[in-house]
Formats: sequence, structure tokens, C-alpha cells
Amino acid sequence: MNSRIVSFLFAVLTMLLSTNVFAAAPIKIGALFAVTGPAAFLGEPERNTAKMVVDEINKAGGVRGRKLELVAYDTAGDATKAVQLATKLIKDDKVVAIIGPSTTGETMAVIPVAEKEQVPLISCSAGSKITDPVKKWVFKTAQNDALAVGRIFEYLQKHKQTNVAILTVSDGFGASGREQLKAQAAKYGIRIVSDDTYGPKDTDMTAQLTKIRGSNAQAIICWGTNPGPAVVAKNARQLGVKTPLFMSHGVSSKKFIDLAGDAAEGVKLPSGKVLVSDLLPKSESQKKALVSFVKDYQNHYKAEGDHFGGHAWDAVMLLKNAIERGADTPSSIRNQLEKTRNFFGIGGTFNYSAQDHAGLGKDAFVLVEIKNRDWVIVK
Amino acid sequence: MQFDQILQYVLSGLSTGAIYALIGIGFSIIYNATGIINFAQGEFVMLGGLLTLTCLDLLKLPIWAAIPCAVAVSTLAGLLFERLAIRPLRQPTPINLVIITIGGSILIRGLAMLIWGKDTHAIPSFSGDDPIAIGGATMLPQHLWIFAITVVIIVINKFYFYHTISGKAMRACAYNRRAAGLVGIDVRRMVLFSFMISSAMGAVAGIIVAPLTMTAYDVGVMLGLKGFCAAIIGGMSSGMATVVGGLLLGVLESLGAGLISSGYKDAIAFIILLLILFIRPQGLFGKADSERV
Repeated sequence: MNSRIVSFLFAVLTMLLSTNVFAAAPIKIGALFAVTGPAAFLGEPERNTAKMVVDEINKAGGVRGRKLELVAYDTAGDATKAVQLATKLIKDDKVVAIIGPSTTGETMAVIPVAEKEQVPLISCSAGSKITDPVKKWVFKTAQNDALAVGRIFEYLQKHKQTNVAILTVSDGFGASGREQLKAQAAKYGIRIVSDDTYGPKDTDMTAQLTKIRGSNAQAIICWGTNPGPAVVAKNARQLGVKTPLFMSHGVSSKKFIDLAGDAAEGVKLPSGKVLVSDLLPKSESQKKALVSFVKDYQNHYKAEGDHFGGHAWDAVMLLKNAIERGADTPSSIRNQLEKTRNFFGIGGTFNYSAQDHAGLGKDAFVLVEIKNRDWVIVK
Repeated sequence: MQFDQILQYVLSGLSTGAIYALIGIGFSIIYNATGIINFAQGEFVMLGGLLTLTCLDLLKLPIWAAIPCAVAVSTLAGLLFERLAIRPLRQPTPINLVIITIGGSILIRGLAMLIWGKDTHAIPSFSGDDPIAIGGATMLPQHLWIFAITVVIIVINKFYFYHTISGKAMRACAYNRRAAGLVGIDVRRMVLFSFMISSAMGAVAGIIVAPLTMTAYDVGVMLGLKGFCAAIIGGMSSGMATVVGGLLLGVLESLGAGLISSGYKDAIAFIILLLILFIRPQGLFGKADSERV
């Protein structure tokens, strides 16, 4: 036998053997994230995290002997593109479930597609209308604004600070926050004495704060994403406003402290637990997931894992658990997802049911205070 | 209390207005030398802030060295912009030039996004953050810097245009380009100068305001538009009229936000802009044929 035949046989043998090992085809999971464009601050960590988690699951041998394959597309934050890519994922890539999109607008656009094609969609965006009313094929992992508002109001009620001034940004995030703040105020016995807004690109909020200073507010709640709230904190310090300042979970990152500097001291805000994962007591049921996520992300990307990555982490793990329980078709995965109980994720403890596809309770948020340029949990 | 509030609104308004004024003067200098509105003016404001940040963080320069450095690089950017985008144009009709400046602004913004990312960045104040009380109102040391630097720049500006040969030559171009060319003034060089001066002024505005407002790749858009408003109120003069226009705009915005509704803050600026354009296109203080410089 000459050497050419030997090597040919060897190659055939290897191929045969390897197909034996990987007999089961991988399970394809689709993902739509806004990796570029205005919502890139959401999409990028989400994509990174999803990739990281899927790689790790595969490294550990996959789920029930089958590998997962992540097919991720970039929507650039564009709803039209998200719809096209969702169709592509379902028709061409034949995925069993879709993770994402990153923003509420895109998710709302993709929902009809998922419903029609009967493929489960686990959205990573926060808008409460995604799962209210409940849609058969749609779940989500990001916390509702309503839960964050509830956290702040609970604290204010406890400390008898019932006259509140609100200052919200005039974009989608601020509008939704303002709606929730006004809707829930009565339930906690809170009176909104001043209701102001500012533009997302505004550079000076002293006028609004001066007005608030002139009112009898006992607390100021500012609802926005960076950089607006940092300007508000700085302006409040400049004006010598002594009223306690509350922010939204929209600024729960170190970036806010960097931007606001000393003015951030004493600011309180509701935050997902990722931020304070190392401060949580050992008894905390989410602690294990949180610590491992933060550590992994640090190792892979040399950056701190944040909430947004956490939404993708939760989505992949929820899927993994559903598949582990024996589901491998879109409809069986959907049914298993709905049966998820006490899943301790990054965003909180998930309990999905036929009536609730958001799955989180108020414990998804902790109230934190900024002290010495770091976070402290408010008891 | 009411009086304190008004005082605070006016003080806040004046300090934002000073920034609008600086940007507005940049608009009018170029308008007077070339007859075009340079919509990339706001991008130089952004460049000033972000370049200062780079000088401080990356090159570890002290703040007094970082600022001239950032202004110099922004001026260079203005020079390149004129040389590469404005001068080579075959048919320099105003509409072509305006569209080029809009394109240029998108390009500069895009590059800035790639270089500095999409995050907002903070720059330390020049001299501390302890508020200074004036009557019942407060302001920051940084506000004093803004007022002082604005005044200094306006004085230098005045001196340049009225007491130096090249400033006088630029004014000549503003009155009549062809006549200026006939008496031996190099009009193209004057255009280049005008771009350099206004990009430097834009950069200074961006730097002195950055400690208060923070800076990001896209701050130029809104600041640029507000500066444009100021220039329109001032009738595109590069003198006191635009300064008053900027201050007026800042105070009205601040009073409007405080006394009427904060939701209409930007609307106030643009309603004023439209009213001026409809009713007094020569500017609030202009005579029908106003002095342009």
C-alpha cells in the first residue's frame, strides 16, 4: 500500500469517527442585537455576552449532548431591519428561538413576525408593553420601569417624603418613566408637586431646578440616561439644593459617577444587582449567577459586565434550561419557557407563567446610594 | 424667593448665552468673508472639548497646556476643511457650499465617533466646583471663566478687525469681494483665515463649556444651531450685535424654561429664529443695510 492510500483511508476514518461523535446536529438559536447605531450601548454587551455564554455551554459539552449554534445579526437599532432579519432567521437559518432585539421599538416590530411564524422570542428590551398584554410567543428578560419606580416610592413612603418633584428627559425612556411615576404615585400616597422635563441634549438644567427649589418638594426624582442626569446632579450642587436626589436605573453605571464627580455623592437610585454583585450577602440566591457573569465578562472582554449583557445572559440561560428539560422545537421550547420557576438570573428571579411573560418581581432592583465614588446598598 | 429665582434664571441664561455668542460670532465671520453659512461650526465646538480631553488623559498635559493644544489642532482642522472641502469646489455657488459644510459636519462627527466612541466624557473644571453665591443665586467658578474668556475673545476680535491690516482686509472682503480683489487683497487667503479664526473660536467655546455640560461626539449639533440663532438675531454681524443676540437667547431660554415650561426650552429658541427671519431678516439691531463686521 502506498502512502497516498494510507492517508486517504486515515482521512476517511477520521471523518467517519468525527461524524459519529457529533451525530446530533447543533441547535440553532437566533439573535438580533443593535450592535451599531444609537442603541449600540445595549447591543454590544448583549452580543458579546450571548456569544460568551454559548461558547461556554458548548465547551462544557453542550446541552443534552447537542451543541448550541448562535446566529447573531446586527439590526443597527432599526425596526425595519430587525423585522427583515427576524424573517431571515426563521426562514433561512431555521432557528428554534430568537433572542433580542435590544430596543422596545424593534421588539414591538418583530412581535407580529414571531407570533405568525410561531417561534419563541426572548426580548432584551425593557418596555412593559412587550409582555402586557401577554403574547403567546413573546417573553422578556429586562426589568420593567414600573419595578424601579416602585422601589423608589417604597423608600420615600417609608421615610415620609411624600411631596415629590419629578424631572424627566423628553425621550422614550423619560416619557415611560414619567408615565409610571405619575401612575403609581397615588398607590404609595405620594404627591407630585412639580413636573418638569428637559431635552436629551440639554446642557443646563438650573432653570428647572431653581423652580423645584422654589416648590415644597421633599425629594427630586430625575429620570434619564447619561449625560442629562449628571448635569442635573452638578446643577443641583451648584444651586445648593439640599433636597435628596433620586435617579433612575438608566444611570446605574460607573459612567454616571465619572461624569457627575463629587456631585454624585448621596444620590440614590434603583439598580439591577449586577452593579453591586460583590456587596450582596452570601444568602442572596442570585449571587452565584451574578458573580460568575461579572467574572466571565471581565476575562473575555476586559470590561465590567453590565445589566445589558445580563439581559442576554438571562435569555441564553433560560433557553438552555428549556432545552435541558427536553425541548428542541420552537413550540416545546415555548412551553418549557413558560414553566420556568425560580430561575436565579442576572436581572432577578424569573418565574414565568401563562399570565406573566416578564417574570420578575420587585426584588429585581435594589436601592443603592453613591458614597465615596462607589455604590452602597441602602437598607 | 421670586426675585432670587429670576436672578438665578438670568445668571444661568447669561452663561449659556455667552457660549451661544462665541459660536454665533464664528458663524458670522465665515459668512462675512465668504457669504456662506458654515454648518460645520458646531463640530469645531465638539472638537475643542474632545481634543482637550485627549490632551489631558492621553498626553497627560496640564490643563493650561491642553487648552492651547486643543485649540491649535481644531484650527488645523478648520484649515484642512477649507483647503480640502471648500476651496477645490468648481462652482462655488452658496447652495453648493452650504451643502458641503453640512456634509463636512457629518463626516467630522462620524470621525469623532470612531475616535472617541459614543460615550459622554467629563472634563475637570478650571478652578474647582465650589459654588459662589450672588444675592440669592449661585454660580460656579467655571461661569466666571466663561464670561472672562468670552470678553477677552470679543476684545481681541474687535482689535483684529479694526486695527490690523489683515483684519481690515477681511472687512473689505465682507463689503465687496470683487473690489477687495481689485485693490490687491488675496480673497482666498482671507477665506482661509476666516475658517481658521472661527474654528479656533468654536473650539474655545467648546472647551470652556465642557466642564459644565460634558462633551460627546454629537454635542456640536444643538450648540451649533443655537449659535446660528444667536448670529441671526445679531444680523450676522461679527460684533456686539451677535453677542447681545446670544445673551438674549440664553436668558429667554432660561426664563422660558423656569417660568413657562421646561418642555418648550428649545422651541423658544427656534420660534425666535423664525420670527426674526420673517420680521427682521437684517437682525434685531440692524438697519436695512447693516455694517457686516
